[in-house]
Amino acid sequence: MEIALLIRILSSVLADASPLVIAGMGETICERAGVINLSLDGSIMLSAMSGFAVAYLTGNLLLGFLAAMVVGAVIALLIAFASITLRQDQVAVGFVLTLLGAELANFLGEPFVRRPGPRVPHMPIPFLRDIPVIGEIFFTHDILVYASILLIVLVWFWIFKTQAGLRLRGVGERPEAAFARGVNVNRLRYLYAVTGGALVGIAGAAYSLSVKLGWSEGHTLGNGWIALAIVIFGGWHPLRVAFGAYLFGALISLGSILQRSIPGVPTQVFQAAPFALMILVLLLVSGGALERLLSFFPPRMRRLVGEALRVAPPAALGKPFVTE
Amino acid sequence: MTYSQRLVNLLLGLAPIALALIFSTLVLVAAGAPPLEAYKHLLQGASESPAKIADVLVVWVPLVLCSAGLLFTFTAGLWNIGVEGQIIFGVIFATWVARNIYLPAILLLPLMIVAGMIGGALWGLLAGTLKVYGGVHEIFAGLGLNFVAITTNIWLIAKPWRPELGATMQGTDPFQPAAWLPRLAGLRLSPVSLLLALMAVVVVFFILRGTLWGLQLKAIGKNVRSAYLLGIATNRHMLLSFALCGALAGLAGVVQVSGVWGRDIPQISGGIGYLALLVTMLSGFRALGVAPVALFFAAIGVGAARLHLRMQLDPSLAGVLEAGLVLSVLLVAGLRARLLMPREG
Repeated sequence: MEIALLIRILSSVLADASPLVIAGMGETICERAGVINLSLDGSIMLSAMSGFAVAYLTGNLLLGFLAAMVVGAVIALLIAFASITLRQDQVAVGFVLTLLGAELANFLGEPFVRRPGPRVPHMPIPFLRDIPVIGEIFFTHDILVYASILLIVLVWFWIFKTQAGLRLRGVGERPEAAFARGVNVNRLRYLYAVTGGALVGIAGAAYSLSVKLGWSEGHTLGNGWIALAIVIFGGWHPLRVAFGAYLFGALISLGSILQRSIPGVPTQVFQAAPFALMILVLLLVSGGALERLLSFFPPRMRRLVGEALRVAPPAALGKPFVTE
Repeated sequence: MTYSQRLVNLLLGLAPIALALIFSTLVLVAAGAPPLEAYKHLLQGASESPAKIADVLVVWVPLVLCSAGLLFTFTAGLWNIGVEGQIIFGVIFATWVARNIYLPAILLLPLMIVAGMIGGALWGLLAGTLKVYGGVHEIFAGLGLNFVAITTNIWLIAKPWRPELGATMQGTDPFQPAAWLPRLAGLRLSPVSLLLALMAVVVVFFILRGTLWGLQLKAIGKNVRSAYLLGIATNRHMLLSFALCGALAGLAGVVQVSGVWGRDIPQISGGIGYLALLVTMLSGFRALGVAPVALFFAAIGVGAARLHLRMQLDPSLAGVLEAGLVLSVLLVAGLRARLLMPREG
């Protein structure tokens, strides 16, 4: 009985965290290349709306996802153009696009508010679903969830096991060195920013067409910021980013279970919890607070815990690359 | 400067406006609304009557207060996205005073103002502390704290401050009369709040322009490390800039709660904190630019309300126009730098 509940929870965490995973992977490759796409919250909002609207109007889910991808990619392209070609502040452009994306979604999405629309169909995998425990956790979802898990592996493999991944890390860590070895730094940055943006767009549609069905004003508010924080928590490493997304999802669903079993606690506590958690998690992996925390550990553990928690951004993150 | 350079300059000066207009026209067409009629309503909605102009000023006051506060943090090179939460903590502190302390207005109002400024400053300091001592980037600290502040306020309204009659989420009971800022007859506009906003702009202008502290803050904004090596107490200065920005945001909260609504409501901050970031960016981070830009934004905001009434267009069009304009300015500034600078290799 207890076990059955646990399995159900794990299964739903896997499903609910899938948009965060997809967006996290997109942002990871983008930031690995040295470009911060700060607009995630607005990108996800606008792509969630566009994906839903297009799927609703055409009745075609694939077109919905395609539209969402295009929206995410275009926003990322704008950031790349403004920061790489025009050398404007990435944070400034990203922040403005966050607001613009959200407002645009609310404005254009008005006719679609609370309309019942299409959803990504469930697709349990035959045979595999019948494996006890594992089958129910991993193989009873829709295609997005499977895709999100495959994406983690793919991004990890791409970054760490391929030549292209080496170049990707190069342009984010030491663009001068990569340039000297004949890599077109800015072209790669454009490429990964736009690809990452397209993934963020899919994440948006994953909300409105699967995890949090439909559209309403501020439908996905805050999720983009959480995805950005998870990328930092994950130290720009795809496996750790995915772990962060699932951990986050698990804590949130733990919260909603607690909410039901402890009725005295105000619901607002659970609404604010993801964002308090976001700050705590960043505090845990950031310089000052981490070093202070580590001083409480015995010396031998200090190194171990420190290595496990400490993260460092790509060295050239957010810095424009100019050839002299 | 040659004639052609001057022409390029002029065109580039107008380009952001043209770009923003093209963009918003496309958005209107996409929404199926006749653009010209929409623009007409937008302009008229903000200026057709004295009451409308007063409404614009009602929006202008908190926007100016927050934008002026943001000049401190922007000067120090900090992205204080937590203004929204700082407004709300100003609201919460001032509301507590209005509900629990009974004094004549002449004493109560200053007390509320001080309490609200302290509330905002503390919330700002919290974000600053997370940044300076915790190493959490101020964007995430501020943003997370915004959500915490909003839900705290909603909880206060839903539970401890719930009105006697009805348990709706409409807001608290109206304050005692002494806790209302005096208003102009028949309008929601309080002359005191106008005065406060103007004072804030002047004070911020002189602090940043004419004091040693302002100069040191600028040094920090240009390069934290060199400022530190020059012997500037960078941490303390950054914290103080957060506190001052928070105090002005808190003051904006007091104006909202005591001058406009006369009670605490869930949407009391209404995105002013985020809008103020756009205003400050568009003003080129200059104190004297903040007032006119905020006026323009306030007018768009009020005009959009009429669009909603007349053409059933969602009022978020205001945000689309404003953010679109700031984006256009950033893009054109980058283009200008590329076009006017001597070409590199």
